Amino acid sequence: MIPASVPTQRPPDARLLVVDSGGKIRDMLRASFPTLLRSGDIVVANDAATLPASISGVHQRTGRSIEVRLAGSESVFHEDVRQFSAVVFGEGSYRTPTELRPSPPELCPGDTLQLGPLTATVLQLLGHPRFVMIRFEGANGSIWEGLARHGRPIQYAHIPTPLAVWDTWTPIAGLPVAFEPPSAGFALDWRTLDAIHRRGVHFTTITHAAGISSTGDVELDTRLPFDEPYRITESSARSIGLARATGGRLIAIGTTVVRALEHSVSVHGSVCETTGMAVNKIGPTTELRVVDAILSGTHESGTSHHKLLSAFVDQRTLAKMDQILQRYAYRTHEFGDSVFVEKSGDHAAWRDPAVFVTECRHADLSTKAISV
Amino acid sequence: MEKVSIEMGKGQEVAAWKGIRVAVTGGTSGLGLALVRMLLELEARVAFIARNRDRVERLVCERKHARGITGDVSQKGDIYSIAIQILGELGGLDVLINNASSLGPVPLAPLADTNCEDFELALQTNLLGPFRLTKALLGALAASAREGGRPLVVNVSSDAAINAYPNWGAYGASKAALHHLSGIWNAELAPQGIQVISWDPGDMDTPLHAVAVPDAEPTALKRPEDAARELISKIADHILPIREASQ
Repeated sequence: MIPASVPTQRPPDARLLVVDSGGKIRDMLRASFPTLLRSGDIVVANDAATLPASISGVHQRTGRSIEVRLAGSESVFHEDVRQFSAVVFGEGSYRTPTELRPSPPELCPGDTLQLGPLTATVLQLLGHPRFVMIRFEGANGSIWEGLARHGRPIQYAHIPTPLAVWDTWTPIAGLPVAFEPPSAGFALDWRTLDAIHRRGVHFTTITHAAGISSTGDVELDTRLPFDEPYRITESSARSIGLARATGGRLIAIGTTVVRALEHSVSVHGSVCETTGMAVNKIGPTTELRVVDAILSGTHESGTSHHKLLSAFVDQRTLAKMDQILQRYAYRTHEFGDSVFVEKSGDHAAWRDPAVFVTECRHADLSTKAISV
Repeated sequence: MEKVSIEMGKGQEVAAWKGIRVAVTGGTSGLGLALVRMLLELEARVAFIARNRDRVERLVCERKHARGITGDVSQKGDIYSIAIQILGELGGLDVLINNASSLGPVPLAPLADTNCEDFELALQTNLLGPFRLTKALLGALAASAREGGRPLVVNVSSDAAINAYPNWGAYGASKAALHHLSGIWNAELAPQGIQVISWDPGDMDTPLHAVAVPDAEPTALKRPEDAARELISKIADHILPIREASQ
């Protein structure tokens, strides 16, 4: 795969690799995503807007420059804007690959971080020298203003130009509680939502505070995804329940939706009105109880997002997907292409070689079905 | 519908508005200021936006429940900062009132004497600003609709949007475009349950009007408080289904 280096949410040529429940793999334009849906299905997206969660400043005890990346919060309630878990880097910027960023100065409880107009105190270390709990001083209004005016979107080196906040908000973004964009939702513009509606497909949202995708530290990365708060409203729970009761499939837009809904089911036995903390990690041994398919980004092997896909398909199929994504140069990362993966229905089908059917959107792809 | 508003007692009106999340741009003078004060009295949750930090802070001191945001809707770079603060302060949004306005050239001037920069300012403030802010807040408004609300965007317009008054070219053209934009938004957003209206408050005794028509007789003009009362009643007709059912 190649990194998508331009922050365009919906490039006209965005591609979608589709893995259906019968084991067929095919390529299509992502804009045609609604054609994969059936009347009665329900599409569930994450409507969290993305905070400008990268905050530069100074570690006052040492005078050294730092970058604080907010990574988690106690809840998705807007009043909870004082206390965050955060990953702290030393000098430098997003232009340096995260894994090459210098460590921050030694962080100790009680340390003061001066982050532009914001002042924060380190409350405790969270099991790693660069992972801390911090608390902002001041009234909520001044904290919101400080974040809004001084914060920058968390960004990685594969995009050379500075991101603006509007680059990171999905069209349906509402409450600003995510730390990185729930980027699968970039595919959903209002025209697409209209198309979904016209097909008799239901649409609803949850709010899930999507956390960061990379800490720059191998050991810390193994803890991803961090705990993430979420909220399912009564109307969303009702819509989901009705669609499921009438045989509709549940299509999750992004990994955060899968995580939240499956967490809700594991705790309450069903998707219900709730506010919770998703502490679950989804992988090959996870039995998906409510989500039937996912629209997601093209994730690199080894990441927690990639691991989540193994709950939908077996390792062999996942490997084939990876092979196709690599061979046909799909774009990856938050502004990249997408995959649509249905939960495997008949495992026997996976014993046959998957067939890659392409609609020939690209010159390097065959017009015929090809075995991989 | 108007009868319902008149018949509604104060207690009922407060109960109807309590907790409704409203954002008002241009909230420290004229119509905007009157709206902020009245909506707070109705126990709505109100965030207001204005350019001048001192005036924002003064109003917050006056009304402790008001959420004041310093920002300029004519500046593209301010829009998402404003949106984050609105949503952070209110936890969502039910009503957006795009009230902040610019005359363009001051004193008013014939189009032939209007500098392009002054025209651009009128368009940025009266047209592009409301467009950008509405777009940034659409997700939150749609969420309100999904949760059973009847979200509404009010674009404050003018009869200059309809009638061709000499010397009001930049203002009138920008408000005409805003008026039309409102209709298109409303048609497009109907499936999402979001309503968009354009509303003309009439000639009011406001600082903006005083700049535009310095020799106007203030007593011949509508008081901003009266216009605010009219608008609040109109908004209630749109967003409060209980009132419709009570007819």
